Amino acid sequence: MTEGIGAGELPAVGPPAAPPPAARGSRMLGNRGVLVSTASTLVVLGLIGLAIAASPGADIVRERFFSWDHLKESFLGTETSPSVVSAFMLNIRIFMTAEVIILALALLIAIVRSIPGPVFFPFRAMAVAYTDLFRGIPLILVLYMIGFGVPGLGLKYFSSMEDVTYGIIALVLVYSAYVAEVYRAGIDSVHESQVAAARSLGLSRWKSLRFVVLPQAIRRVIPPLLNDFIGLQKDTALVSVLGSIEAARAAQIYGAENFNYASYVIAAGLFVLMTIPLARFTDHLIARDRRRREAGFVR
Amino acid sequence: MSTPTIGGILVEGVHKSFGDNHVLRGIDVKVHEHEVVCLIGASGSGKSTLLRCINLLEPVDAGKIIVSGEDVTAPRVNVDRVRRGIGIVFQAFNLFPHMTVLRNITLAPTEALGIDKKEAEERADSLLERFGLIDKRDEYPDRLSGGQQQRVAIVRALAMRPNIMLLDEVTSALDPELVAEVLQVIRELAAEGMTMVIATHEMGFARDIASRVCFLDAGVVAEAGPPERIFTDPQEPRTRRFLQRIIDAGRL
Repeated sequence: MTEGIGAGELPAVGPPAAPPPAARGSRMLGNRGVLVSTASTLVVLGLIGLAIAASPGADIVRERFFSWDHLKESFLGTETSPSVVSAFMLNIRIFMTAEVIILALALLIAIVRSIPGPVFFPFRAMAVAYTDLFRGIPLILVLYMIGFGVPGLGLKYFSSMEDVTYGIIALVLVYSAYVAEVYRAGIDSVHESQVAAARSLGLSRWKSLRFVVLPQAIRRVIPPLLNDFIGLQKDTALVSVLGSIEAARAAQIYGAENFNYASYVIAAGLFVLMTIPLARFTDHLIARDRRRREAGFVR
Repeated sequence: MSTPTIGGILVEGVHKSFGDNHVLRGIDVKVHEHEVVCLIGASGSGKSTLLRCINLLEPVDAGKIIVSGEDVTAPRVNVDRVRRGIGIVFQAFNLFPHMTVLRNITLAPTEALGIDKKEAEERADSLLERFGLIDKRDEYPDRLSGGQQQRVAIVRALAMRPNIMLLDEVTSALDPELVAEVLQVIRELAAEGMTMVIATHEMGFARDIASRVCFLDAGVVAEAGPPERIFTDPQEPRTRRFLQRIIDAGRL
């Protein structure tokens, strides 16, 4: 394979240099193909646009959803209704906080679930029960139960937290169950011969997991993890059912005050803007992974 | 059966089943210190399983295994400590793909033995140097040829300074032209007096290197003896049939 190739010569090996993107595009489709695909895209979009424009309520929809004044007003906020953009900062805060906790908690659950031995049966059982339960209950019900149930318990600290905190707890509970399963799939995908090699060197079970299994497992599950986080970003909107004014709720308030739904378009746009970078980043990681496999090395 | 010298291995009446598959059926093997014992036999005769049992990667169902004077099959034995004294090399190398060659080698000395990083790296470098792999120290395993990967796997096991090495068909996954470089490393270890148990399909190699050869059949040692006797004058009809098949296949 790479017999006799010194480290200094490495750039010489690997796949042949990729052609420039434009050339690759035209090679894939052919020049005629590019023309046809452009034309077909224009025709399809044009037909959809025509259908919408020709519909009986087109003018009203344009005024209700896309009025420039309302778009601007809901974006910036008015005296009576909050700015959708400022409210969206709360979504970002919820997402950031929840994500960090989920990454850690879910990993813990996945690890507990993979510990063998009869002594650990109760812990394994608890981990299984947890994932079954919280993957099964709709998020909105968990939000209600945590958001209205925990304050009702009258506990000292736990019952007097901010609404948004209960929202974050509910998101963490539900998403950790999903993410734990993603981690577990990753752990299972590492071949048992890797564990045999680590254990045969005298590494403990924990150290084998930490140094050999988890690094390989986590690398493999990064794309599906990011996919779950795109879901999480959107579901931050559901926290509004507990009374927090985040972007979707702010948009709703604006809509109710002004009988105009441009605020929803703004909120939707903000969510899309937030998820697109993560989606592209996921694509990038998947592509990089494939390139590395094809080049025959993993880093 | 006499006790083997300190540093050797004694396998006594070991049984091991996987479900209904009774792989080891009361196997006895004795390996003295500095001896090289080759296990030969058809696939499924229990060679790999025996090695995995000695390394405690598989718990035995019955019988006992004594390594360097200690009953490693006794309950409550510290498996990690036992394994640190026994190096094992696998057919499929089993290098850690996410680590450089150097890290593959230093991981266990630093994390299992607690040796500091610098000393572990020096130790790794001197082994890599010795086996002609020093220019690969910062490469990832997937960039190496099979023969190089297997030599790294041997170095990784040696970095723990084991008293005993178990080699499980270490050349079976290699292209023929890469087999020699790995066998050469094993010859060097044998010349140094490393106690080794080698499961192999390379009969010519077994004949050269073994102090004793054990022919395994259906989970027991059907015949054991010095290689010149096993390969030229086998007593058991089963051994004769096996060797005949090998000769017919042009492998001896």
